[in-house]
Amino acid sequence: MGKLILDGEIVDNQWQRFDAGQLEQESLPDSGAVIVPLAYWKEHKAALLERSDPVGVCLEPGEEPVDLAEDLAALPLVAIHFPAFKDGRGYSYARELRTRYGFTGEVRAVGDVLQDQLFYMHRVGFNAFEVRADRDIEQALNNGLRPFTVTYQADVHDNRPIYRRRHELEEVSDV
Amino acid sequence: MYVYQDYDQRLLQERVAQYRDQTRRYLAGELSEDEFLALRLQNGLYIQRYAPMLRISVPYGMLASQQLRTLANVVREYDKGFCHVSTRQNIQLNWPELEDVPDILEQLAGVQMHAIQTSGNCIRNITTDELAGVNPKEIEDPRPWCEIIRQWATFNPEFAYLPRKFKIAVNSVPDADPALIGVHDIGVQVLHDSNGETGFQVWAGGGLGRTPMTGAVIGEFVPWQDLLPYLESILRVYNKYGNRDNKFKARIKILVKALGPEKYRELVEAEFAELKGGAMTLTEEEVARIKNCFQTPEYRSGVDSTALQSALDENRAFNRWFHTNTRAHKQAGYRAVVLTLKKTGRVPGDVSDEQLDAIADLADRYSFGEARNTHQQNMVLADVAADQLFEVWQQLDALGFATPNLGLITDIVACPGGDLCSLANAKSIPIAEGIQRRFDDMDFVHDLGPLDVNISGCMNACGHHHIGHIGILGVDKKGKEFYQITLGGRGDKLSHIGEKMGPSFEADEVTGVIDKIIRLYVDNRLENEPFIDTYERIGMDPFKEAVYG
Repeated sequence: MGKLILDGEIVDNQWQRFDAGQLEQESLPDSGAVIVPLAYWKEHKAALLERSDPVGVCLEPGEEPVDLAEDLAALPLVAIHFPAFKDGRGYSYARELRTRYGFTGEVRAVGDVLQDQLFYMHRVGFNAFEVRADRDIEQALNNGLRPFTVTYQADVHDNRPIYRRRHELEEVSDV
Repeated sequence: MYVYQDYDQRLLQERVAQYRDQTRRYLAGELSEDEFLALRLQNGLYIQRYAPMLRISVPYGMLASQQLRTLANVVREYDKGFCHVSTRQNIQLNWPELEDVPDILEQLAGVQMHAIQTSGNCIRNITTDELAGVNPKEIEDPRPWCEIIRQWATFNPEFAYLPRKFKIAVNSVPDADPALIGVHDIGVQVLHDSNGETGFQVWAGGGLGRTPMTGAVIGEFVPWQDLLPYLESILRVYNKYGNRDNKFKARIKILVKALGPEKYRELVEAEFAELKGGAMTLTEEEVARIKNCFQTPEYRSGVDSTALQSALDENRAFNRWFHTNTRAHKQAGYRAVVLTLKKTGRVPGDVSDEQLDAIADLADRYSFGEARNTHQQNMVLADVAADQLFEVWQQLDALGFATPNLGLITDIVACPGGDLCSLANAKSIPIAEGIQRRFDDMDFVHDLGPLDVNISGCMNACGHHHIGHIGILGVDKKGKEFYQITLGGRGDKLSHIGEKMGPSFEADEVTGVIDKIIRLYVDNRLENEPFIDTYERIGMDPFKEAVYG
C-alpha cells in the first residue's frame, strides 16, 4: 500500500486506482475503495453505486468536471490524472470542481505528481497528492506544499485576491 | 515605479530560497533534466550554445538607478561585462553559470528584481509603451494596469503550465500601437467611455513566431473593475483547450483561429459570467494605491529653453540628435531621450557594466532616477529638462549612446542569434553589422527616413522580423545559414505582418539585397515619402524585380 499526502499529512493510500487498460484485463475487486476512469463510471454507474465500499472517478486531460457534474454529489473522491507534470489542464479542472461545482470531497492529484508543483496544485483545490513513488514524499510535504507565505491571487482557500486582504499580510509581516 | 510592500519583498526572498533548493536538487541528481528544465525556464534560465542564458524580468521596461547599478554588479561578477536588452524590455545575461544563478537572484531580490516567469509556458513579462506616463498621445498612464496584471500573473497557480508561452501587452495610445498589442497573446487597449470611465478593448490570439498573425478583438469594452476576471476567463479557456500535442500549434493564436473569434468570445463570456462581480473585481482603493506608485515626478515649471534653442541653431550634430533621438513629452519643457544601443560594431542592444553604472548616474542627475528599456532594444531617460539636454547629449555621446539613428535603417533590432542562442538557425549579429557598415553615411541614413529593420535568427522571432519594414529571418538549409527577407511589416502603427519576398539568400548576399531594396525605394519614392508608404503604394513586385530580376 502506497503513501500519499492527504490534508497535509502522509497517510496510507486506502484507494486502489484502475485505469482503462487494467479494467479490460481484470474486473474490479468485490471490496475496497476504488477509483475508476470516467468512461467506466458512466457505463457501470448503477452497479458501482451498489458497492458497499466507496468509489471515486479519475479524470484524464480532456475530461472536464462538467462531464461529471451531475454525479459529484454521489462521489467522495475525484482524482485528476497528470500523465506529465507539464500538462496543466488539471489545474483548471480542480479549480472548477471546487469553485464552480462546490465539490467538497477529496480531489486527488495522481500520475506525474512532484514536489515542485504541489503548491500550485494545493491552491487550485487538490487536497491529496500521490507523489510519484520514486520521490521523497516527506521532502515533498515539508518543502513543496507551502514554499510561499505570500500569494497575489484568489484561490480556493481564500477567494480574496491580495487587494482584499493586504492588511492581514501587512500585519503578519510586522511580527 | 511600483514600490514593493513588505509582502512583495517577502515573496521574492521566498522565491530565491525555492529556486536555490531546486538548483541544489538538480545538481544532486534529485531532479531529472526534464523536470528541472521546466523549473529553470520559469526562472528565465536557458541552457544555450556556450553557456546558460538568464533572462531578468524588467516589468514594463522600468529600471531604477539602484537596479541598474545592481545589474552592473551582476554583469561584472557573473558575466563577461555585458548584458542584452531584449525585445520584450527585459535584460539577458549570456554567460552566467547555472550554479551561480541563486546568488544572482539573491542580489537582484535586494533591489526588487527577479527572473520570475521570464520564460517557460506561463504568463511572461507584461510590456507597454516605453514612453508610458510621458507620451503626450496616451489617454492615461498604462503602467498601473501593467502592474495590476503583473501581480495577478505572478505565480498564478492555475496558469503555470499552459500549453505554451503567454505574452500580454498594454497600450494606452489611440490609433497607434507602441506596445505591439496586435501581435501579443493578449493585447489590452486602454479606452475611455463617454463618461470618461476607463475600460479595455481586449485582443487575443496575436503572435509572431511560426505562423505569425494579428489578434482579434475578444472584448470590446471591459470595465476596469473586470480586467482581471476577464483575463482569467481568456486564460482558463486557453489552458483547457489549447493544443498540447504539438508545440508548434500550441499558442493561443492557433486556438482562436481554429475556433474563430466568435466562438472564443462565447467561451470566454461563459467563464466571465461566473467571475464577474466576484471577489476578483478590482477595487478603487487598490487601483488608487498602484496609481500612486506612478506619480508624476516633480517637474520644474518654466524651464528656460533659450540655451537649448541657441545650441540647436549652432550645433548641427546636437540638432540632428535632438530631432532624431528625443521625443515629445507631456510636460512642457521636458523631452524623453532615447539612448541608442546601436552603434556600428556593437551588438544591438548590448550594454556593459560600466555603461549601466553611467546610465544610473545620468538617470539620477537628469531623469528622476529612472530609465527604461525599449522593445527596439534601446533605453530611455524619460524626463529630461530642456535646459539639460545639451549636457545629456554630450555625456551620451561620450558613452556611445548618442548615435542619431533612432528609427532609421541602422537602428536594427536583432536577437542574439547563432552566435549565442542554441535555438537559432543562423547568426543575426554579423548581418546587422553588415547593414550598418553598408549604410555608414549618416546623411544618407537620415535622407532615407524612418525604416525598421528587424533580424531574427530563427522563426521564434525574438528579433520581431515579421513587423520590420524590412524583416530578415535566418533559416537553415541543409546545415547552411540562409536568410529570408520580408517587406511591409509594421510595428509602428497597428501591427502588420510582412510579406515574404521569395527564395532566401546566403549570408554574404544579404547586404547587397538590402542595398537593392533601398535603391528601388529611393528611385520610386515621392517627396518625403517613408519607405513603408512607398512599399504600400507600389507593392512587392517592383522590389522582387529589383532583387531577383
